[in-house]
Amino acid sequence: MSEPFLELKNLKISFPTDDGVVRSVDGLSFSLERGKTLGIVGESGSGKSVTSLGILGLHNRRNADVSGEIWLDGDELIRAEPEKVRKLRGNKMAMIFQDPLSSMHPYYSVGHQIVEAYRVHHNVSKKVARKQAVDMLGKVGIPQPDRRVDDYPHQFSGGMRQRAMIAMALVNDPQLLIADEPTTALDVTVQAQILDLMHKLQEEFNSALIIITHDLGVVAELADDVLVMYGGKCIEFGAAATIFERPEHPYTWGLLGSMPRIDRPNLDRLVPIPGLPPSLINLPSGCAFHPRCAYEPRTAGLGRTVPPELVAAGGSKHLVRCHVPTEERQRIWLEEVKPKLEAQ
Amino acid sequence: MIRKTRVLVAATAVLALGLTAACSGNDDSTTPDTSSAKPEFNGAVTKVYSPSDKKGGTIRMANAGDWDNLDPGEAYYGYEWDFLRLYGRGLLTFKSQPGDAGNELTPDLAEGMGVPTDGGKTWTYKIRPGVKFEDGTVIKSADVKYAVLRSTDKATFPNGPAYFEQFLNLPAGYKGPYKSKGVNTDSAITTPDDTTIVFHLKTAFGGFDYFAMMPQTVPVPEAKDTGANYKQHVVSSGPYMFDQNNLGKNFTLKRNPNWDSATDPIRKALPDAFDVSLNVNADDIDNRLLSGDLDIDVVGTGVQPAALGRVVGDPTIKAGADNPNIARLWYTSINETVAPFDNIECRKAVEYAADRTGYQTAFGGPLAGGDIASTLLPPIIPGYQKFDLYPAGADNTGDVAKAKEALAACGQPNGFETNIAYRAERPKEKATAESLQQSLARVGIKLTLKPYPQGDYFSAYAGNPPFVKANKLGLAQNGWGADWNDGFGFLSQIVDSRVIRETGGSSNTSVRDPEVDKMLDAAVAETDTAKREAMWGPIDKKVMEDAFILPGVYAKTLLIRPKKLTNIYVSQAYNMYDYASLGVA
Amino acid sequence: MITYIIRRLFAAVVLLFIVSAATFAIFYLVPRLVGATPETLATRYVGRAATPETVGIIAHKLGFYDPIWVQYGHWIKAIFVGADYDYGSGIEHCPAPCFGYSFITHQPVWPDLLTRIPVTLSLAVGAAVLWVFFGVATGVLSALRRGSLLDRAAMSFSLAGVSLPIFFTGMVALLVFSYKLRWTASGGTYTPFTENPGEWFYALLLPWCVLAVQFSAQYARLTRAGMLETLGEDYIRTARAKGLRERDVNVRHGLRAALTPLLTIFGLDFGLLIGGAVLTEAVFSLPGLGKYAYDAITNNDLPKVLGVTMMAAFFVVVANLVVDLLYAVVDPRVRLG
Repeated sequence: MSEPFLELKNLKISFPTDDGVVRSVDGLSFSLERGKTLGIVGESGSGKSVTSLGILGLHNRRNADVSGEIWLDGDELIRAEPEKVRKLRGNKMAMIFQDPLSSMHPYYSVGHQIVEAYRVHHNVSKKVARKQAVDMLGKVGIPQPDRRVDDYPHQFSGGMRQRAMIAMALVNDPQLLIADEPTTALDVTVQAQILDLMHKLQEEFNSALIIITHDLGVVAELADDVLVMYGGKCIEFGAAATIFERPEHPYTWGLLGSMPRIDRPNLDRLVPIPGLPPSLINLPSGCAFHPRCAYEPRTAGLGRTVPPELVAAGGSKHLVRCHVPTEERQRIWLEEVKPKLEAQ
Repeated sequence: MIRKTRVLVAATAVLALGLTAACSGNDDSTTPDTSSAKPEFNGAVTKVYSPSDKKGGTIRMANAGDWDNLDPGEAYYGYEWDFLRLYGRGLLTFKSQPGDAGNELTPDLAEGMGVPTDGGKTWTYKIRPGVKFEDGTVIKSADVKYAVLRSTDKATFPNGPAYFEQFLNLPAGYKGPYKSKGVNTDSAITTPDDTTIVFHLKTAFGGFDYFAMMPQTVPVPEAKDTGANYKQHVVSSGPYMFDQNNLGKNFTLKRNPNWDSATDPIRKALPDAFDVSLNVNADDIDNRLLSGDLDIDVVGTGVQPAALGRVVGDPTIKAGADNPNIARLWYTSINETVAPFDNIECRKAVEYAADRTGYQTAFGGPLAGGDIASTLLPPIIPGYQKFDLYPAGADNTGDVAKAKEALAACGQPNGFETNIAYRAERPKEKATAESLQQSLARVGIKLTLKPYPQGDYFSAYAGNPPFVKANKLGLAQNGWGADWNDGFGFLSQIVDSRVIRETGGSSNTSVRDPEVDKMLDAAVAETDTAKREAMWGPIDKKVMEDAFILPGVYAKTLLIRPKKLTNIYVSQAYNMYDYASLGVA
Repeated sequence: MITYIIRRLFAAVVLLFIVSAATFAIFYLVPRLVGATPETLATRYVGRAATPETVGIIAHKLGFYDPIWVQYGHWIKAIFVGADYDYGSGIEHCPAPCFGYSFITHQPVWPDLLTRIPVTLSLAVGAAVLWVFFGVATGVLSALRRGSLLDRAAMSFSLAGVSLPIFFTGMVALLVFSYKLRWTASGGTYTPFTENPGEWFYALLLPWCVLAVQFSAQYARLTRAGMLETLGEDYIRTARAKGLRERDVNVRHGLRAALTPLLTIFGLDFGLLIGGAVLTEAVFSLPGLGKYAYDAITNNDLPKVLGVTMMAAFFVVVANLVVDLLYAVVDPRVRLG
């Protein structure tokens, strides 16, 4: 349990385009152990999906520049032979996508697609693979799996479809599962069921789980650790409890403030973060967040000129990328931000 | 985007160059002339090219359209008559010889020429004994009588010539042997014995031998006659019989085992078989003739414009071509029913002002168009007399001065306006109309072009007198080829005023001279061939004096000589190669 | 599904009636609008020496004196019940379906049509196999190597193929391949398959290639566009994420989805081709339905024109129906009701 199952070291993914180089991921590092869940949070364009695709090796090397290191259970993936990575995909590491309707092939039955996923990595007959598929569908909670295995994706309801997608991802017992916005396309009532399912399966298989989302509520449920991304970089990292109780980055504060919560008394005032996500081609100088940061004036101009480093804050596991000094940040949190959040 | 365009342009250029290189290669390299003679231009027009008696082989022919009619009772095109001699023997036929001899009649099924009696109202023929049909039955005079009678049933055979029903003394209301079964027709044709047949006419007709030449006298066995379906298998009396017949697609002829060369002094019957394809692409036919993959374009009206350029431009190809004169005149009718053409001087103005060279060029020049005409009868018609009543100057571009004089004489010194009709589908007629438009404009005659569809041209437009008057069609493009080469065949339909009908449909659109009608009648009655021939010239001259017709060109065709055949020569009677004499090298 | 088919068949029959009525109207009404009479109409079908009497007889025989709906009625009746035809020396019964007799050759139209269908079918099927294979293959390769030299060359070639008319490419092909190089058969040499398969193949080789060049160009473009679109779909990403080989991703997932719109287009193209490969058959002198139509139209032979039009319409309608049914089979999301 001590060696991290997945480790990213300074991952950089950029896309050269006619308008300039899009730096989607700009030096990301983290590690994850089996049995643990990491939640990656950020706005659209922060680089979270690009990261997950990068781990699976799904970027077209002709269009994308990928550098850094990705270690999966002792294998480095970026410099590995594509064929080697392919054999790991869907096998040792698997991914669940956001929209199960568009993510499954409309012309093949769900059973066929699961069978396909199984037979890519196991040399067995269709009959055997089919049995596996039916089993898996049962495990993810789909009733009458032997009948539904021949249905087409469009014949399932949203929640059932996502379960089927999960079944397809898990049929090969992957040790790393990445879920990209797994509940965003679903009804709220169904969301909870899916999250529950994922938690249960993770325990059963002892897999490492990465959940990518913009929804802090989802992260609060499942994640052990939380990584906040902004402008292609990690701007705050820590245990889930730390991030929710003692967040130290202005952006994280903004995220928490803009999160609707049922247990708060006053529901009619959400505070959005002003401004728009930055252009990944022309990132702002200095700290990427500074144009939208209310506390930028307290950085004595550094925020505008010098990109901040990711440094420890509070506990050693808690990392923050910000020019505002730690004590100042903690003070701001306790005195200014937290009361407002609770008053909401 | 620019890169892509450049690649496309380059690729197309390469493609075009490659194709041009492939196409412009010397045709000599493909199929050398396997016959013994040396190719020369017009080598088969006046003499036999590559004579031979070698038997065997198959002659390959193609028709750009459908064969209009295989049934001898209905066939009416020159090529059909030429080809029919292979599977049918009429009473008489034309001599199978090159040059002027080809215009002379000779006995075929009959033993000798027709014997006229009763001043030319009765004609008797004796049939050769022992001539058999393909099934071995002997041909009797009754079979010839039956053939002629069935051809008068116009409900079943509407397409054929109408001379017999016009001239024979048939019983009133006779509808042919199918509908008028059992009716006694001895008033028209009698068969005193199995080898004699006698025709009785309503009025004397000196040229009846020409009627006897028509395929309608090819015998038809009554027992095997299937009316409109007879063409599916015509019973042969000639050297070849039908082997396979896929109507609309192709047919083949094979030797007729019951043809006896002892009874047939005319035909050599050299090849073993004929293979005729129908509905073949016309340009493809020309390409195959040039490459030697095909022997004969059976319709025989000459090459398409696409191939014409190649023939004219390449001396090697030209040496393999023949350019005979044919018995066809392209001309312009001048209608006296449209003012001011009711005044003869105005008509003469047109005769003088027309640019004859321009007319010839519009029709394709001296090679593909023909020779400049000054008479109605083309030179190859027996009875042709050369004269030029309206000389068009040294270079044949028209005599403007004389034209202006004529205009003054008819009271239109500054010219006038009128319309010229032509067949819309014929680019040559359009070009001619334009040429006349230009040349007549020199003297102030302004023409407006009026195209009409060729299908109804004579029935509804230029040949329909009320329409002509209403639409002021002072001039109309026209053309005429005779059914056979004699004065009657050529002139009667275009200068006899009595063929003009108010309901339209005649080829004569402008000639109305009672004098001419009388002269025609006299010639028609004359039974002495030489005397009759001498009477056509004066008729021609009289019509020209009346200035009802502006003659254009005596037509010529450009034929590609077959590369693998022998005994090739142009038949003056049919205006194309003589199909009955061909052999395979 | 069954009710759907029945409804479609019924609609098809109605459509065929409408097509026949329209064709009839064009041939009969339009000339009359410009002043044609039964006699002037009949002059097209008699010889050049016909007397007015003959013209009248023929006008009568061909039914031109009847009002147009009576003529149409006779024609429809003949299709269902048959008709009798007087061929002079006897009367022939033309069994149903009887499409009348040619105004010019006086031969029945229906047997003619039947002999021509195999020719056009041979041409269409052979060319279709070629163009689908080459078109789709080229399109897939182009899409996968988008922007490469192969892609640009293929698309430029396809532009040329679509732009050059077949009477040009056909004549040039004949000239170069048949008459100069002597690799392929000359025009007009069709032999039925039942007579001699070898000759049949040899005669059709060049027409197949020329026709295929034209169509494969279009199909390459369509396949390329379809592939590019499909390859951007989410399920492609999922397929890759499952670890599928790239080839399987492109073919089983990408091409499979890209081909369905192509199916519709192919069905229509094939259906139209059966009724109307006019230019190809004219250039190569193949005795098929297209050439039949061409000859019939140039000769104003109405029964033939009607017959071939109905046949072409029939094939188009059937092709449409088959394509719609196939689409439901191929794409499970489509339910016909």
